[in-house]
Amino acid sequence: MGKKQVKLMQGNEACAEAAIVAGARFFAGYPITPATEIAETLAKLLPQNGGTFIQMEDEIASMAAVIGASIGGVKSMTATSGPGFTLKQENLGYAAMIEIPCVIVNVQRGGPSTGLPTLPAQMDVMQARWGTHGDHPIVVLSPSTVYEFYILTIKAFNFAEMLRTPVIILSDAIVGHLREKVVLPDPSEIEIVNRKKTDVSPEKFLPFKADEDGVPPFANYGEGYRYHMTSNNHDESGAPATNNHKVADALLRRLHNKVEKRRSEIIITDEIMMDDAEVAVFAYGCTARSAFSAVEITREQGIKLGLIKTQTLWPFPYEAIKKYANQVKAIIVPEMNMGQLVGEVERVACKDTKVTPLNKFDGRMITPEEIISTVKEVI
Amino acid sequence: MAVHVQEYLRLDKMPHIWCPGCGTGIVDGALVRAIGNLGYNRDNVMVITGIGCSARSNAILDFNTFQTTHGRALSFATGFKLARPEMKVIVITGDGDGSGIGGNHLIHTARRNIDITTILINNSIYGMTGGQYSPLTPTGSFATTAPYGTVEDTFDVCKLVEAAGATYVARSTAYHVTLLEQLITSALEHKGFSFVEAITQCPIGYGRRNKMKTPTEMLKWQKDHAVNIKAASRLSEEQLEGKFLIGEFVVKNKAEYTEKYNKLKEEAKKEGDFNGKI
Repeated sequence: MGKKQVKLMQGNEACAEAAIVAGARFFAGYPITPATEIAETLAKLLPQNGGTFIQMEDEIASMAAVIGASIGGVKSMTATSGPGFTLKQENLGYAAMIEIPCVIVNVQRGGPSTGLPTLPAQMDVMQARWGTHGDHPIVVLSPSTVYEFYILTIKAFNFAEMLRTPVIILSDAIVGHLREKVVLPDPSEIEIVNRKKTDVSPEKFLPFKADEDGVPPFANYGEGYRYHMTSNNHDESGAPATNNHKVADALLRRLHNKVEKRRSEIIITDEIMMDDAEVAVFAYGCTARSAFSAVEITREQGIKLGLIKTQTLWPFPYEAIKKYANQVKAIIVPEMNMGQLVGEVERVACKDTKVTPLNKFDGRMITPEEIISTVKEVI
Repeated sequence: MAVHVQEYLRLDKMPHIWCPGCGTGIVDGALVRAIGNLGYNRDNVMVITGIGCSARSNAILDFNTFQTTHGRALSFATGFKLARPEMKVIVITGDGDGSGIGGNHLIHTARRNIDITTILINNSIYGMTGGQYSPLTPTGSFATTAPYGTVEDTFDVCKLVEAAGATYVARSTAYHVTLLEQLITSALEHKGFSFVEAITQCPIGYGRRNKMKTPTEMLKWQKDHAVNIKAASRLSEEQLEGKFLIGEFVVKNKAEYTEKYNKLKEEAKKEGDFNGKI
């Protein structure tokens, strides 16, 4: 048995400490509320652990430096909030295209634009999926507790390394700034994944020749592998192939398939009191906290409410919704936005059950009572 | 010893995409000869580019190479250099890439004095997209987006990086290729942020719209308008009117960023927990 650690931690601190455990040794960022504590904590922790922290001139440069460091073979991350996340989109797409692992944390605040800088929101769900141009693959995770923020940060690095793709953590000002008791696993018992390395000689190495799982093995620069990478459409050798339709088709399919193939490993959902549920709440992030309370309260009142909670937003957990769509009278989707992920729920469940959005976007959390009154309207 | 440039090229990736008469290859040739003469192990050399004609250089250079997004090469290079301080990191950029969309990164990379050699190929135009005016297009020039001539002033990108803190700054032209090679050699050997502006010709995107239809005319323009900084002090203001300086402008010794950060790491490790001391 390993040694568990009991701590009182802030969400953003948990993320920073987990990054160290996951093996991250590079952070580049730019100050922004409500994410700054991640940078502040890592500015202290990284050099102590032989890593590097740098505050760049802007959000764009931060994202570029993170990818540059990961190209150098070092696990890398950045953290930001909505306005900064928008600026990071350019290079996020670059990382997806040249298949460089990295982790981007977005501690969400209210928008649009600079909006509600200190208040929580869940308004960047679609930006996380589609924010960068081009039809790229992406993995997006969302914690609802400080403990989950810790564990998901480690998983984010693992997924990024396993798939060679950027992974986004969508936290929010509630989970980021919340302090709660956590029981952390012994670091020696935590599974850490590192990108697979090529076993091919430099003469035969093709940087974008994928294995059967769709992921190309990595070669460190400086070890005799003098290859080229470009975010232009490229062939297996890394050479630009900007007029080659066949190569373009095969590349984009492979980028998507390598993520889709691992859906079951990436998608983390909890089904709480769903066995006999007559109504379901589908929730994520800080809103899942209220949804959980709503289930507890309504159950005491004899109402059969269950919770489908997801920590993975993209790829979207269609399977979990489909499983209960025929069983429940309605699926309530509370979100701190004007209705974003609810569209995905409708996509899979609209023929079988009623999908009811519950939206709040004024910087205040959705309360258990608000969820309960929606439940009472639909039963 | 003569360096055979071809040995440093990915000949299987030829032909390159540049127009006839382009000056980019002249600059790349000077870079390759400089590296060859310095005897660097090419496995230890990283060449990073952004977007534009200049950026297509590294696809055919047989070093470690990657092309990045528009203007961001220096920020990628900063991350890479911090991850791999033992490698020689070179960025090739252009006037639009380096002084326009990437201007902020140029300023701050110079300010940090991180050990990256930057070669800015200034062909006075956005060539890849067909000839739009850049921040370094001479005032009054014609471009596809300046059909009546540009009304914008340019700036001296060498003075900019000097003010920002670059510790090696120099300029040459495609015409003055021997000097260019010497300056690139010094820049590569300099510890800290080194910057070489190479003024080149773009006969297709710039010259033919500006009364210089052939590459030769453009090279002659470089010859006639460049004044070596060593000779400049002997010339009057009138004689220098309309001319630009070439040569070494700044050579300074100053602590380099990755070395400074490594020292910080050693201190941080010793103290264990900083207790907010930083």
